[in-house]
Amino acid sequence: MEVPHLHILNETIRNLYFHVCMWFGMMILFIVSFIYSIKYLSSGNLRHDIFAKTYAITGTVLGVLGYITGAIWANYTWVTDQSQSLGSILKEPKLIGAAIAILIYAAYFVLRGSFTDMDKRARVSAVYNIFAFAMLFPSIWIIPRMVGSLHPGAPGSDSGNPALSFNDIDSKLRVVFYPAVIGWSLLAVWITTLKIRIELLRDKDLISK
Amino acid sequence: MVIRIWSLFKKDLLLELRQKHSFYGILLYVASTIFVLYLSMPDSPSADVWNSLFWVIQLFVCVNTVAKSFLQESRGRMLYFYSICSPVEFILAKLLFNILLMGLMSILSLLLFYTFLSNPVVEGLKFFGIVLLGGASLSLVFTLMSAIAAKAQQNAALMAILGFPVILPMLLLLMKLSKAAFGEVFKEGAVLQLAGLVAGLDVLIIVLAVILFPFLWKD
Repeated sequence: MEVPHLHILNETIRNLYFHVCMWFGMMILFIVSFIYSIKYLSSGNLRHDIFAKTYAITGTVLGVLGYITGAIWANYTWVTDQSQSLGSILKEPKLIGAAIAILIYAAYFVLRGSFTDMDKRARVSAVYNIFAFAMLFPSIWIIPRMVGSLHPGAPGSDSGNPALSFNDIDSKLRVVFYPAVIGWSLLAVWITTLKIRIELLRDKDLISK
Repeated sequence: MVIRIWSLFKKDLLLELRQKHSFYGILLYVASTIFVLYLSMPDSPSADVWNSLFWVIQLFVCVNTVAKSFLQESRGRMLYFYSICSPVEFILAKLLFNILLMGLMSILSLLLFYTFLSNPVVEGLKFFGIVLLGGASLSLVFTLMSAIAAKAQQNAALMAILGFPVILPMLLLLMKLSKAAFGEVFKEGAVLQLAGLVAGLDVLIIVLAVILFPFLWKD
């Protein structure tokens, strides 16, 4: 595929198909997990708890992958001279927000691990999941809008998106970008459904129909 | 309802007054941490360092102050509360009490910071307001976290693990907001916008607590 040749970005522009799409996928999966947590609290059906858990796991994996691809990208585009270390560059508000998001979900898994009683675990972790999702919004949607950053989509561009401005994407990129967003999300959903089926089989006796 | 919230609040206050050791324990904690800072820091730290140290201390004071709000309630006593009041009243009383306690601690640590470390704050009144707002926000989040952690057995450690990632966005906002009091020039209306954002988050947390606590409560 042809890509636009831009100064500094050069061929790394293809990372758009991975990095940005993974964050899209992560957000979609976290929303699904959030919805299942609400459904669990309203119904008390353990199936919903398994759904919420597995969607959160795959979402976190996508988030970590998105962070890694972003760090690799930054290594090739943001580091301007040899004296700059990657570590100092990664102290960006947007990256901190993303790291917080991953940490919040890591805490969710720690919380799950600390219970032995299934019903109690399901209920308390659903409560935490809902609360964590609410606190996710300031860290990845609100704070990044308010501070300057090297990352695209900084304040001043009126794109209304904290991560990238949609007007900046070349139409040649869009041909791959949109299918890639859908593809990554569906891939993650597919992996999640596999995991859910395993869990459901394992706990077949415990889960009421 | 208001009367019952008030009586629950009064009960927490009375407990605190009767069992003074825990209250004095926190006081000692605050004082000694700041004294250690005084010994280890250069004489007049720059405004940025002062600001970040202050909020880090606030965070840990809050963890220690609020953590016990659900830990001290024994199982039997919880059952008693369960039979006499609704969960919404109970959590509101707890939130109110913790805000008051944390406000007190905030004022105290602010005074100690002024005494031991130098005073780089330009607009004292504004900073005072921000500190109270920040103390309230911290205690709101940690009250809910303490309620969650109390359901799992290993309480104190779990509360730190759960609370820190969740409190980080709030803390970042507060640190940014408090720079306004250090004479940093903000865009027109940006300070109010930030303060509004923090207050909005507080309201969000209260609403979530009211909605979610009933699920934590029944066992």
